[in-house]
Amino acid sequence: MSVDKFTLLESSCVPLPTENVDTDQIIPARFLKATSRKGFGENLFRDWRFSPSGEPIKDFVLNQSKYSGQVLVAGKNFGCGSSREHAAWAIADYGFKVVVSSFFADIFRNNALNNGVLPIQVSPEFLENLIKAIEENNSQNVIVDLEKQLLIYNKEAYKFEINPYKKECLLKGFDDIDYLINKKEKIQEFES
Amino acid sequence: MTLYIITNSRIFKTHTLKATTLFDKVWDAHVVEHVEGGPNILYIDKHLIHEVTSPQAFSGLEKRGLKVFRPERTIATPDHNVPTVNQHLLIVDKESRAQVETLKANCEKNKIEIYDLNHPNNGIVHVVGPEMGHTQPGMTMVCGDSHTSTHGAFGAVAFGIGTSEVEMVFATQCIMQSKPKKMRITIEGDLAQGISAKDLTLYVIAQLGTGGATGYFVEYAGSAVRSLSMEGRMTVCNMSIEMGARGGMIAPDETTFEYIKGRTHAPKDEAWDDKLAYWKTLKSDEGSEFDKEYCFKAEDIEPMITYGTNPGMGMGIAQSIPSETDVLASELPSIQKSLAYMDYQLGTQILGKKVDYVFVGSCTNGRIEDIRAFAALVVGHKKADSVTAWIVPGSKKVEKEAIEEGLVDILKEAGFEFRQPGCSACLAMNDDKVPAGKYCVSTSNRNFEGRQGPGSRTLLASPLTAAAAAITGVITDPREFM
Repeated sequence: MSVDKFTLLESSCVPLPTENVDTDQIIPARFLKATSRKGFGENLFRDWRFSPSGEPIKDFVLNQSKYSGQVLVAGKNFGCGSSREHAAWAIADYGFKVVVSSFFADIFRNNALNNGVLPIQVSPEFLENLIKAIEENNSQNVIVDLEKQLLIYNKEAYKFEINPYKKECLLKGFDDIDYLINKKEKIQEFES
Repeated sequence: MTLYIITNSRIFKTHTLKATTLFDKVWDAHVVEHVEGGPNILYIDKHLIHEVTSPQAFSGLEKRGLKVFRPERTIATPDHNVPTVNQHLLIVDKESRAQVETLKANCEKNKIEIYDLNHPNNGIVHVVGPEMGHTQPGMTMVCGDSHTSTHGAFGAVAFGIGTSEVEMVFATQCIMQSKPKKMRITIEGDLAQGISAKDLTLYVIAQLGTGGATGYFVEYAGSAVRSLSMEGRMTVCNMSIEMGARGGMIAPDETTFEYIKGRTHAPKDEAWDDKLAYWKTLKSDEGSEFDKEYCFKAEDIEPMITYGTNPGMGMGIAQSIPSETDVLASELPSIQKSLAYMDYQLGTQILGKKVDYVFVGSCTNGRIEDIRAFAALVVGHKKADSVTAWIVPGSKKVEKEAIEEGLVDILKEAGFEFRQPGCSACLAMNDDKVPAGKYCVSTSNRNFEGRQGPGSRTLLASPLTAAAAAITGVITDPREFM
């Protein structure tokens, strides 16, 4: 079994400058009752997107048609709080393939990578400039080149960091479990 | 320590015996392999599971045609979804019922021990592990829940994982993890009367912020930490995730060994002696190096309360919310958004502000000492009529003990209802939801927007602070009752 390959992406962006976005906002607890991995996109940022009666909240970025794309650009400390992988599922299911921020919570970063969503950490200055550019030009495109580890927009390019093993997994569409199953003998050796 | 060999007037530097930290000792002992340019393959001694983060892992395993590799190292207990009343009846919520039944079916299929609803050992997973003696020093433990860090109180390397990683552990009893950096937080001195482990941890998180320990595994040290009971240590380690830490741990000592001895799954007789000898080696060597260190004084810690929408937004209960000039301009929009949600103002006190709900429970503060502390404050008083209170034991064992000690009688006399075990209002997956706009003083671990129900407003605090609020109906300094 594998995740989708990620090599090169060109897309417009959705800006969410809010800081400390926790996973309870990304996917509230009442939606964790599912026993499958599907359908979480509908409830992404549920309580910021819809009023209790189900009306779209006009000011929330996902309800503004001027913004669209597969890249979410978010304020620092994105994905803090609960370890729920459902947050990564909701983001992927909604259609985002990349999240850009100046700081990611550890567990979320891992969960995103395990689901083919690339978390790109940039400097606070780069983030601020990117958000400004998107707000000025709603169809601002970015290019993400995973092989070269570059995030490019207009004439600015950012070389981002990624664990070489995780990069290989994303480029090839491998997952950790396939890797580990091949190590069964070594694991049994360890146990004895 | 470096060894030198001197021969024919030449000096050779030989191997260096490096001082090792507790974290390194436990982590390194469990590394099966280091992937070139990648993570470690870490062997997991104990895998705790519950009903919310396991269903997709089990079905993923089936799709791959695999079985659970080490069912005997896996323990299950449903806790997140369960009602805290009428547990003997069928769960009303269809989806909750489905998840709990799915866990039971998966455990039966895979021969995994499960403390199902109504089992005498059932409860919140991070309360059950330690009380059953499953949690031991020097272990690696994981669970699909971020408060797995609780078990670090015993000197275990314990951390939360996502569902895909749960599947990984099912398949191979191993996990791929990059080794985090090391942080030590030392708290010296004595905690004043009325100040508990929960206040200590809220204080530390207020200093570091919600991302202050991201990328680090924390060791807690110092006389104030040593003076805590095991339950107090569990409260502190539990909240490590709230400052972004991978996990938190405390070196085991006599307090730890006393707690574990005699518990159902604790080693016995000769095995106990062997294990004890090993456990006594589990501490950071003199001169160990940490990537970052913080030192705090216990005397600086007051009863704490959070006023905002993340656990780092906490303060001494008698203090004021920071004013505009106290915060960085870059932080102001975030704080203002938070305060708008809470309907609180910059630069104001919250002592005396209205409280609608009080929740005592959760993996943070749902153990017998927490119920005792609550009962000791409310005895002789009455619950405020304006307050709805949920007192929820962390497990069936805690429930039984509370009844046997007469605590439940004290609670009833004071007008409080004692419920049945579960995660309950900590994250409101069951019916224990705080309505929109209402304020809840909660002994749980998160005060994010909507955490306890859409639009709910959470104030994190200790059991004593919760007790004081339950009596007066407003935010109250518990020391007034001492």
